[in-house]
Amino acid sequence: MNQPILTEATEPMLAATGLACFRGDRLLFENLDLGVAAGQALQVRGPNGCGKTTLLRILCCLTTPEEGTISWYGRTVGSRDPDYLRDLRYVGHADGVKLALTPRENLRVAMALDTRVEEAALESALADVALEDFMDVPCQTLSAGQRRRVGLARLVLGGPRLWLLDEPFTSLDAAGGDIVRGLIEGHLQRGGCAVLTSHQPIRIDAARSTSIDLAT
Amino acid sequence: MWTFFHKLGSPRHFYRISGRLLPWLGWLTALLMAGGLYGGLVLAPPDYQQGESYRIIFIHVPSAWMSLFVYVVMAAAGAIGLVWHMKLADVVAAASAPIGASFTFLALVTGSLWGKPMWGTYWVWDARLTSELVLLFLYFGVIGLHAAIDDKRTASRAAAVLALVGVVNIPIIHYSVEWWSTLHQGPTVTKIDAPSIHVSMLVPLVTMALAFKLYYATVLLMRARTEVLERERASAWVRELARGT
Amino acid sequence: MNDRAQNHSLGHAFLVLLKRDLLLAVRNRGELANPLLFYFIVATLFPLGVTSDPQTLATMAAGVLWIAALLATLLSLDNLFRSDFDDGSLELIMLSPYPSTVLVLAKVLAHWLVTGLPLLLATPLLAVLMAVPDDARGTLWLTLALGTPVLSLVGAIGVALTVGLRRGGALLSLLILPLYVPVLIFGANAVGASAAGLPVTGQLYMLSAFLILALSLAPLATAAALRISID
Repeated sequence: MNQPILTEATEPMLAATGLACFRGDRLLFENLDLGVAAGQALQVRGPNGCGKTTLLRILCCLTTPEEGTISWYGRTVGSRDPDYLRDLRYVGHADGVKLALTPRENLRVAMALDTRVEEAALESALADVALEDFMDVPCQTLSAGQRRRVGLARLVLGGPRLWLLDEPFTSLDAAGGDIVRGLIEGHLQRGGCAVLTSHQPIRIDAARSTSIDLAT
Repeated sequence: MWTFFHKLGSPRHFYRISGRLLPWLGWLTALLMAGGLYGGLVLAPPDYQQGESYRIIFIHVPSAWMSLFVYVVMAAAGAIGLVWHMKLADVVAAASAPIGASFTFLALVTGSLWGKPMWGTYWVWDARLTSELVLLFLYFGVIGLHAAIDDKRTASRAAAVLALVGVVNIPIIHYSVEWWSTLHQGPTVTKIDAPSIHVSMLVPLVTMALAFKLYYATVLLMRARTEVLERERASAWVRELARGT
Repeated sequence: MNDRAQNHSLGHAFLVLLKRDLLLAVRNRGELANPLLFYFIVATLFPLGVTSDPQTLATMAAGVLWIAALLATLLSLDNLFRSDFDDGSLELIMLSPYPSTVLVLAKVLAHWLVTGLPLLLATPLLAVLMAVPDDARGTLWLTLALGTPVLSLVGAIGVALTVGLRRGGALLSLLILPLYVPVLIFGANAVGASAAGLPVTGQLYMLSAFLILALSLAPLATAAALRISID
């Protein structure tokens, strides 16, 4: 269970120490340490049910860990730190997309909850995920992959430095997967960092990614 | 001093200490209960207005007091568990809920049985009975919420929020019902006035109140011990206990 | 971000969330009429099931309408957080850097506008159907105007506690019922008193007090409950 994986290269942006978590009475993990530096992606691997999603939710403060602390740029993060929340984007299993609204409306709401953005920025974000032709149709009429991309579109708005992605490639076809991979790599190049879970191997530049396996 | 509290907060130590305390509490409860009942049923004189039927107050009044007392304890324990994440506080809150509900039910039933000779009917929507009934629903809500959530930790936190919301409501409910009832109160409803109670009735009443408190403590410890074993069943000390070492 | 800009953005977030919920309600138009329909049905069933004699009807009318409004609100509450919970939008709301109590208030306000307000507007019509005495009609409307927001606010606490449960519906009623009792008592009683020509200022003050208490404390409890439910 002891997996201290701190990068040798640079100072970690996001670091967590001593994380422990229960689900029901099952101890998912304990004494878990991790760190992600700028420009790095951390892939969380492990079989189903080993706590990948829970770990991600702990990192964005949705779930309270039994023990452990999270620090962002060396500063310990309290449970509802607005500055930390503003600097991260979480895309979970569920898309976070209301079916009765259009992608544009969905994005507008998602961003209003976080930070104000211009209408033009919304349009460019939807173009980044190749949905510029579907901006104003109800999400009900879109395919599962398209809805996923709507949910992922908010990653590029507002400039959050930490991306927490739970199975981002679900429902996406090859083209969609390439788009998202491109987005992640662009984000890393700009100095952001990401923590993601995925069943598939994430073909991101090896120099930029480390991984952690929860099964051990 | 802090180590004492810290030890008390640890489920394992609680289990050990409560195991030693339990027999003493049990016997003391039985003693006080017997004494109070003897004083109330045998020694105290019959009431000049109601004759013998008033004697149910020795069960009814302490039950009603306990129903409120246990709710406050449950809410306080829930608050402590919510704020300081103390496992034992969650256990106390979870264990207290059914006990409090039972006291409330007992108060309602005894009140109802008393009502027949007094008012000629088993149920009357008077202020106290009605607010006791609503209190029973509050308890059922807490118990139901505990039961509906699988993860014990989350269940305790949710039930604590509910109990706290309820605690804010208890005076509101009580006074609103009393206010409502006084508007409807007919001239035939009479009440036993506590201040004018005779000392020969007061002593057994207070004894019974004390006995009920100790009864609560005893049953709480018993239920809490079971609850602790259940919640900590993955830990080493429980498994050792189960193996009989 | 300086404080003024932040407050401005909080207001913006509040309004956007409010508009979103209203938009969703309008786009799911089929569901919109349900609470109102239920209100009418329950109120109509009483004269049919009990008595149609105007005298007797007049004495129970206030209580019946209050109970009908209460049940209609209860019926409509379940969806307050459920669809957001299911599609992941609730997490988005809870992950907002803005205080969740304010965001919760936006959702509850939207709920009242879609449920409580129609009930309020339909009440004068129902008051006629239920033979509510003329002088009591104004009081009935006023008590419902003060009371229905409390029902939405307090009900939201129960919904937040049960949103994560598979079959939380029945439990919801059990949780909320004790909390609704004081509102019902003062509301229905005020109308009865007004019909008898008695002053109702006391009851109205109590209802206003409940409203203020609910406005200040209920969103806090609701946000705490939501955080626990999505943990």
